Amino acid sequence: MAAQELVIPDLEINRRLTILPMQEYYTSGHRTCQGCESALVMRYMAKVAGPRTLVTGTTGCMYVANTSYNSTPWALPWAHTQLGSAGSSAIGTAAALKVLMRKGRIAEEKINVIAFCSDGGGGDMGLATLSAALQDTRYNLLILLYDNESYANTDIQASGMTPWGAVTSFTPSGSEQRITQHRWKKNVPALLMAGHPTGRYFANASSGFGMDLMDKVRTALDVGGPTFVQTHDPCPKGWDFDPRMSHELAILAVECGITVLWDCLEGELRYQGLTKQQVEGKVRRKPVADYLRRQGRFAHFVDEDIDFFQSRIDEMWEDWILPGVLRVNQTPFGRLPVDGSSPVHPWHAGQDGASGNGNGSGAAAAPIAAVGGNRG
Amino acid sequence: MTTTQETAPAPEREEIITGCDAVAQALRLLDVDVLAGYPIRPYDSVMTAVSKMIANGQMDAEFIVAESEHSQFEIGKHASLVGARAFIGSSGVGWMYGMEALVVTASLRLPVVALVGNRALDDPGAFGVEHNDAMMVRDTGWLLYWVESAQEALDTTLIAYRVAEDKRVMLPCALSMDGAFLTHSQHMVRVPGEDTVGEFVPPYDLGDRRFHPDNPVSIAPQFNEDWVMEARRQADAGMRRARAVITEATADFHRIFGRGPADPFVDTYRMEDAEYALIGMGTVGMVGKVAVDRMRAAGKKVGFVRVKWFRPFPQPELRALLRGVKGVGVVDRDYSFGSNSYGGVLYTEIAAALYPEARRPVLVPFIAGLGGREVSVDNLLQMEETVERATADGVADLTCQWIGVRGPDEDPRDEAATAEGGAR
Repeated sequence: MAAQELVIPDLEINRRLTILPMQEYYTSGHRTCQGCESALVMRYMAKVAGPRTLVTGTTGCMYVANTSYNSTPWALPWAHTQLGSAGSSAIGTAAALKVLMRKGRIAEEKINVIAFCSDGGGGDMGLATLSAALQDTRYNLLILLYDNESYANTDIQASGMTPWGAVTSFTPSGSEQRITQHRWKKNVPALLMAGHPTGRYFANASSGFGMDLMDKVRTALDVGGPTFVQTHDPCPKGWDFDPRMSHELAILAVECGITVLWDCLEGELRYQGLTKQQVEGKVRRKPVADYLRRQGRFAHFVDEDIDFFQSRIDEMWEDWILPGVLRVNQTPFGRLPVDGSSPVHPWHAGQDGASGNGNGSGAAAAPIAAVGGNRG
Repeated sequence: MTTTQETAPAPEREEIITGCDAVAQALRLLDVDVLAGYPIRPYDSVMTAVSKMIANGQMDAEFIVAESEHSQFEIGKHASLVGARAFIGSSGVGWMYGMEALVVTASLRLPVVALVGNRALDDPGAFGVEHNDAMMVRDTGWLLYWVESAQEALDTTLIAYRVAEDKRVMLPCALSMDGAFLTHSQHMVRVPGEDTVGEFVPPYDLGDRRFHPDNPVSIAPQFNEDWVMEARRQADAGMRRARAVITEATADFHRIFGRGPADPFVDTYRMEDAEYALIGMGTVGMVGKVAVDRMRAAGKKVGFVRVKWFRPFPQPELRALLRGVKGVGVVDRDYSFGSNSYGGVLYTEIAAALYPEARRPVLVPFIAGLGGREVSVDNLLQMEETVERATADGVADLTCQWIGVRGPDEDPRDEAATAEGGAR
């Protein structure tokens, strides 16, 4: 006899998960590498989504390594979509569900639509489709971007989300040029959040913080759509480290302030967990060298490379108004108040604040109290 | 389905509408569920028409303004996978931009129907008709049809969904329509009633491939060498079965609507005792028929054949029709640089179709009307004379003649190249 189906009880939107179902909807049957964190992300995602879910996935590791014909880890309906079409697959699927329910051809019910993509498929090739999906408020859909920081399935080539300086198949370190990955990693969740006021929920998560990740996926699905969640997933093959260290490396990226745990629900930006403590000054960020030195892809780094990397991370924490999220370090009204007690935004306080036009009217960089609100 | 008995015509109304509007009317009658549009001339007026009908409550569908053709076609594909009747379309380089999504729509065996408003490929930019855009899917599993009139556009849209969605076929279908000459020219069109269309095209049912939580299947996994060839073979079988399904659907069309084409695959004009024939696709058929009338009046035994279904290609019909014909001219509104005799795509297909024949006519390739240039009656008379001369002279391998083009036949650089080659 089949085991009794345990489904997550209906929760209020944005409430922390306290219980999880026994059921797995992403199970055995895949052939991902040892220590693959993206496979774990798929498992988390499917677990909290539950059985009334349709999943599409772009070409990439989570296609090729997951679904070899006659073998599939998906207990949910899953369909392949082309590398650059995560957003369009979500729109097409959600639109069809909506019209078929309206015309009475399928039963009316809430069906989650999740389209997942990779850093290459979503952050590079399919970025326009993510943009389109996040504009279409008619449909409930979630785009999940699993970021393992390279085109890992095609033998590790640099994507627009590969960290600066990392060695990949297309960005080697040579005798004449030590660094050939010249691009600083693009900040896709903030890019999408900043440009799509129609998106109802955006989140940045990490495979190293499973409960936080599942909270975010579940919140996105409860909100409806359009929503976006990105996860940071260490990749032993692509980053060149021992597979048993995958999870630790994901956590270390947060400890060093490279991965920032945040979400934005209906326009309210918040930090979570370790990141929140860092923003509030309760925990110091670890030096990025701790993270970089554990990975073969940065083995060619000399001290000045590490210093440069550290300086860019420091900048996003110390100079950006929304630390680690949005590269804005100055407003027309000067810096925002930083004392953490009663922020009065110049927009609301008349014209007084407008005098501080970039001449350092704000104090030294520090977290602002307007952000970092508590969950629940 | 074997009955061809014609009953009283179903209630219809007559309207003067363009080719694109005729397709839009068919989409309304078919109760299409999801339509995705992206702007490019000239196909886009079909999307203008349907979006207006949806906004006015004359049609119930989800209309999506995509952010590229690739997304447009992927949206159509995924909607079809959920069980929605989907419609897409494009023209020229737009069709090319979404090519990857078109290929997987066919290999996933999803019966999406598309309108290709034929347009020249860039560069240089041109709005006018050329058939190369739609031709790009001819090898991928798309059913492919060239229409001649707005009435045929409406009727064939109905037939296209019926054939594409048939369980024996399950392949997408592209309707090709000459840009401007038909997309934007108005014809008197008989628009059938919804009830008759519902009788002609049964509801779309994807069966056990339906993408729904009640049917947790993994769709389109990695096949590799283990299974790809079998999958290709299945698509091939679907295409082979399409011929019978098209014949059956056309017969049913006659029964339900009380009208329809005499032959599903080719449109023939005064071919009964023809010694010479011209063959073309799309709106050149109208000009061809006028030219044939003129030549017949002058005592020449000439006929015209318009190829309608390009995929599946009407090899049996063409072999039967051209048996006994002395000389044939093929009018290509496309190019295939460097191909056999430097002819176009249609010429190459017809040459291959006739190869098994014991006695083959003299076959002369022509390229005409590229980029929207008009193909005139005089052009066709000129082609026919060339065919007659080649036949009389026994020249069976005349290389392709470009009709209505400026400049010398030979590029002076060709001679220089030959001289240089000779000197080496």
